[in-house]
Amino acid sequence: MSSVTQPQKILVRRYSGSARINHWIVAISFIVLLLSGLAMFHPSLFIVGETLFGSGWMARWIHPWAGLALTVAFLALFLRFLPANLPHLDDFRWFARMKHVLSGHDEYLPELGKYNAGQKFVFWSQMILTCTLFVTGVALWDSYLPFFERLTGYHPTIEQMRWAAVIHATSAVLTVVVWIVHAYAALWVRGTIPAMVGGTVTGGWAWRHHRRWLRREVKKPASVQAAS
Amino acid sequence: MTTFQPLDVIRVSATPDKADAEPNRDAEIVKLIDVSNCTGCKACQAACLDWNDKRPAVGEHVGIFENPLDLGPDMFTVVRFAEWDNPKTGNFEWLIRKSGCMHCEDPGCLKACPAPGAIVQYANGIVNYIQDNCIGCGYCVKGCPFNVPRVSKTEQVAYKCTLCSDKVAMGQQPSCAKVCPTNAIVFGPKAQMLAYAETRIANLKSRGFEHAGLYNPQGVGGTHVIYVLQHADQPELYSGLPANPAIDPLVQAWKGTGKYVGMAAVGLAVVTGAIHHLVFGANRVSGEDEEEACKLVEEKRV
Repeated sequence: MSSVTQPQKILVRRYSGSARINHWIVAISFIVLLLSGLAMFHPSLFIVGETLFGSGWMARWIHPWAGLALTVAFLALFLRFLPANLPHLDDFRWFARMKHVLSGHDEYLPELGKYNAGQKFVFWSQMILTCTLFVTGVALWDSYLPFFERLTGYHPTIEQMRWAAVIHATSAVLTVVVWIVHAYAALWVRGTIPAMVGGTVTGGWAWRHHRRWLRREVKKPASVQAAS
Repeated sequence: MTTFQPLDVIRVSATPDKADAEPNRDAEIVKLIDVSNCTGCKACQAACLDWNDKRPAVGEHVGIFENPLDLGPDMFTVVRFAEWDNPKTGNFEWLIRKSGCMHCEDPGCLKACPAPGAIVQYANGIVNYIQDNCIGCGYCVKGCPFNVPRVSKTEQVAYKCTLCSDKVAMGQQPSCAKVCPTNAIVFGPKAQMLAYAETRIANLKSRGFEHAGLYNPQGVGGTHVIYVLQHADQPELYSGLPANPAIDPLVQAWKGTGKYVGMAAVGLAVVTGAIHHLVFGANRVSGEDEEEACKLVEEKRV
């Protein structure tokens, strides 16, 4: 009897609506930052900022505001996802079996919770890089330095601004590289994008990539629904 | 008399140097500031504001002679007053230096600038900011070894002394030089100014300033604003004139190889992803995975 009514596919809830909105605010401000930052990164990329924002001046103007938006939204995302991103012993085993990770042999990997070690790496490195970019970015935000000076009583020296510029550019490159890893993984592991768009993944996806998480989720009736 | 060629641009920010260009530097000019002749009257400050049509807000008097206290987006020159007790002679000396852009032969601001055409260097040596092309990023502030450029808070573009490039283009001298009542500021062809400086230095030496000399720092390839100092061995005495100014190594790394390494890293990440996908293909969920998940749900329901 049960084999007749059993659905072919189930859907598991992975992200709430507010988590997805939060994520996409971060994503959009990240893209704005990336494109406007290119104008200031290298002269050969200046045309990107000029074309998309109307002028290099506008790209420069919008960049710190987008940075502020990203920092606030990312901190919210950080707090939201922090409990699921704490280290686990299996993270080391996951890294040790990188060969199987890269070749897509999930069957040789330990059963994983909501996030694998790679996702946790992206999470923590973006947290560190966002904080670095924010602090050095403030030091480079000339027109608001007097405001921050009133706020904190501190004004960076020229030498500190030079360091800030070098660290800001380096962190920007690293954050883009980590973002490429993040976006590529989401594309490569098919069935991942719907998690951040519609909020659900298929049972098979959860079984294959995050089985320990799935075992927890199936105990909550609200998390699982039959696919239409 | 040399004809100045104001439109001969020899270097443009964020634009590769033309390798084959052999600019005619006959028109090279220099503004010579003879500190020993300066009385601190600030006529140069007033003339500068007048020609550039700048009216900075009235500041506060804090009990010293500097007024205003610092350069600003609408204050291209500030006369700085240093008081010094000369330990050798026991004399009190007032070292008064008109500060402002030095118009470096190798300008750090131009090197740091990311906006094409926002900073240009003319064949006559003047380094100019073209505000129409400026994006207000403030990188020139980090690139300058002399702490000169200032970004306007209202316009968000950078300003500094133009050496009155518009007047120079018409064969005139900068306003500060024209107005200086003691000839502490003189202006003319480079060779002529260097020769004149030698006579001033010889004069100072004959009066007991044994270390009198020229301040034309070679770390930035020489400058087009040069000083005659009574104590050229200690330029820091003159309100912190740097002894060996050069473009900071951090700026060199940041604007030079660093940017190519960064672009290579991002490019490598993209290529690695593409190759990985070509070699291993997509990581797909199989039908069995879906069935296993369904079974798991069933088990819980039973």
